[in-house]
Amino acid sequence: MTEMTPDQPMPGASATPADPRGATDGPLVRVEGLYKVFGPDPRGVLDQVKAGRSKADILAETGHTVGLKDINLTIDKGRIYVVMGLSGSGKSTLIRHFNRLIDPTDGRILIDGTDVMALSPRELEQFRRHKMSMVFQRFGLMPHRKVLDNIGYGLQVQGVPRAERLAKARHWLEAVGLEGYEGMYPAQLSGGQQQRVGLARALCTDADILLMDEAFSALDPLIRSEMQDQLIALQEKLHKTIIFITHDLDEALRLGDRIAILKDGELVQEGAPVDILLRPATDYVKAFVKDVNRARALTVDTVMKPPSHRITAETIGEALEQMKGHKGDYGYYFNDDGYQGVVSQKALEEAARADANAPLNEAHWEDSPAVTTGDLIEQALPGTLDAEYPLAVLDENGELVGQLPREALAEVLTYAEEVAAEDPEKPTETAKV
Amino acid sequence: MAETSWLHEIPQMDRGDLLTIRKTLDGLYRDFSRAYGETIESFFTPLLRFLVWFEDLLISSPWWAVLAVIAGLIFAATRSWKLTVGAVAAFMLIGYFGMWEHTMQTMAIILVATLMAICIGIPVGIAMARSDRVQTIATPILDVMQTMPAFVYLIPVVMLLGIGKVPGVIAVVVYAIPPVIRLTNLGIRLVDREVMEAATAYGASRWQRLVGVQLPLAMPTIMAGINQTIMMALAMVVIASMIGVKGLGQPVLKSITNQYFTLGLLNGLAIVALAIIFDRVSQAYAKRSQAHMGGPAHD
Ligand SMILES: Nc1ncnc2c1ncn2[C@@H]1O[C@H](COP(=O)(O)OP(=O)(O)OP(=O)(O)O)[C@@H](O)[C@H]1O
Ligand SMILES: [Mg+2]
Repeated sequence: MTEMTPDQPMPGASATPADPRGATDGPLVRVEGLYKVFGPDPRGVLDQVKAGRSKADILAETGHTVGLKDINLTIDKGRIYVVMGLSGSGKSTLIRHFNRLIDPTDGRILIDGTDVMALSPRELEQFRRHKMSMVFQRFGLMPHRKVLDNIGYGLQVQGVPRAERLAKARHWLEAVGLEGYEGMYPAQLSGGQQQRVGLARALCTDADILLMDEAFSALDPLIRSEMQDQLIALQEKLHKTIIFITHDLDEALRLGDRIAILKDGELVQEGAPVDILLRPATDYVKAFVKDVNRARALTVDTVMKPPSHRITAETIGEALEQMKGHKGDYGYYFNDDGYQGVVSQKALEEAARADANAPLNEAHWEDSPAVTTGDLIEQALPGTLDAEYPLAVLDENGELVGQLPREALAEVLTYAEEVAAEDPEKPTETAKV
Repeated sequence: MAETSWLHEIPQMDRGDLLTIRKTLDGLYRDFSRAYGETIESFFTPLLRFLVWFEDLLISSPWWAVLAVIAGLIFAATRSWKLTVGAVAAFMLIGYFGMWEHTMQTMAIILVATLMAICIGIPVGIAMARSDRVQTIATPILDVMQTMPAFVYLIPVVMLLGIGKVPGVIAVVVYAIPPVIRLTNLGIRLVDREVMEAATAYGASRWQRLVGVQLPLAMPTIMAGINQTIMMALAMVVIASMIGVKGLGQPVLKSITNQYFTLGLLNGLAIVALAIIFDRVSQAYAKRSQAHMGGPAHD
């Protein structure tokens, strides 16, 4: 894949901070009490589903498949919202409700305040044209249209004049790194290139919401991680609301601002990636997360502890004074040049015996590396193991926001084995609880 | 004796009753054709005019002009010199053996019948693809149309419209139309579900989906249907000559009644030649226009 834009981060290098963009613009999509039953008489079976009978029972007795069961969720504007679950858990069914490729059996779907079920056929067409676009698992490209015409399809449907349509399509063609391929047919491209065409087609209509149904699942791992990077890079510029479906937790952790986990059509947990990873709600989720390499999935800020004292004193005496108020026998020394190192109470007391009014200098603090909030635990690990004191955690501006004791790392990194040891044979029997 | 006869013979309707039924039905239909025959005939006058005009055009134009146009069309459609030269040679031979005029008449009726079959068949096929109900109703009708001996439905057509070109064309169309309908339906139903979902998801209307996605993607299958329709129309030409359709079928008919083996063989071979030319040309055209859809393009 030589046509990747060169300025992209290396695969694996981009972490997913817990809360990357601060406050949001509020909810954009809201799903309330959504049920979907497949079969000849969905409404007739709905009561049984609502009464809480299991998917398997209902299938055995009535021949109806429960696709979704009482889904409630809110998706904030400008975020990447990942829906996860095993095969058959209802992910595709859920995402197809947002643009009404599937109609719900019961419940409401509000997009930007509009109830999509209330739309007339004409309104629905307009809504699909302007509000949302979709990337499909098996690409869904039109084999009889050239790449450029595929990318411009949404605009053509909208009736945008040819010249304008082609100009925009060309822009997105280049944005996904496919220049030179505009005149080819989809069948002449590789899978990764076809998926890029799918992505460009979705971006070309400039809709607010991007639906991506296992968009990268059909790709090999290398191209897949390239595409993930590309999506992250694009999202940094575009701030779309992306609903992304995957059955791969690593992908979910990498892309998601929030993650929802589905099982047999039910939402079993919803939360920030760290929550899912550190506080799995059910055994099903535990089984899901146990194989994740946490050192590579979590960032420092998710495990750091509140910081110990920040020492800014000029003299040894003042420094001891500052340290007194807190428990602990060390502090992080900051001067005008920012973080310098760790000072220990013992060393200070020794120095104070000589001259308490002497200025604090390099001789009094120990060099100890600092880590920043966005660093992966993997990156912080060597420093933590070497250092005598917990590492200081700084934010992007160099301010002290926390500290990273060895125990905190040990806690998150050993958690996985703990789960595995607790009950070895899952998820099948335990997950039902 | 009379009580046990059903053991030896299948229970049969009373001959008298059967006769009454036949008479009543025939009578009803005869009354119908007397009452409406002329209206229906006048409905078909434009078709007749067009057919006559086209036949005249083919016959009265100089042979080399007709041949040049045919060669030009074949080359434009197939880009194959081999096919073009082969077709021209075949037409020259046909002319050399004195069958030019009959061949032109047959071509005229085949082309008109095929056009009609396409104009009617594709919309019907689309309707079938749209609705399972329509498909359930239409499928047995198509089965009957394809298996009912052609002679049988010549009868009502002749009763209604008499003998001549128009009933001939209608008979040919009825016989030859099922493949276009069936394969249009099949082709549309086979269009990839995710491609259709994509069109819907981007807000395409029904019409935009039909014209922009379904028909183009179904085209290879529809083309195969058209090809079969042409072949069936050619096969029908001999039978249709029984009700006054001029062309290669008439000499064949004459040879049967008079036992002229060579005459029959020559005209039969001319029909075969036409069939092969139509078949190869339409297939080459279909292949060429769909080259990009399967794999790497050839051009
Ligand atoms: N059109 C349909 N008719 C009947 N049942 C359906 C239909 N579509 C989906 N289902 C059922 O709904 C359930 C959820 O299917 P869905 O396609 O949403 O799963 P998924 O999570 O997307 O799985 P995958 O990862 O394999 O794509 C399955 O049990 C499936 O059998
Ligand atoms: Mg799916």
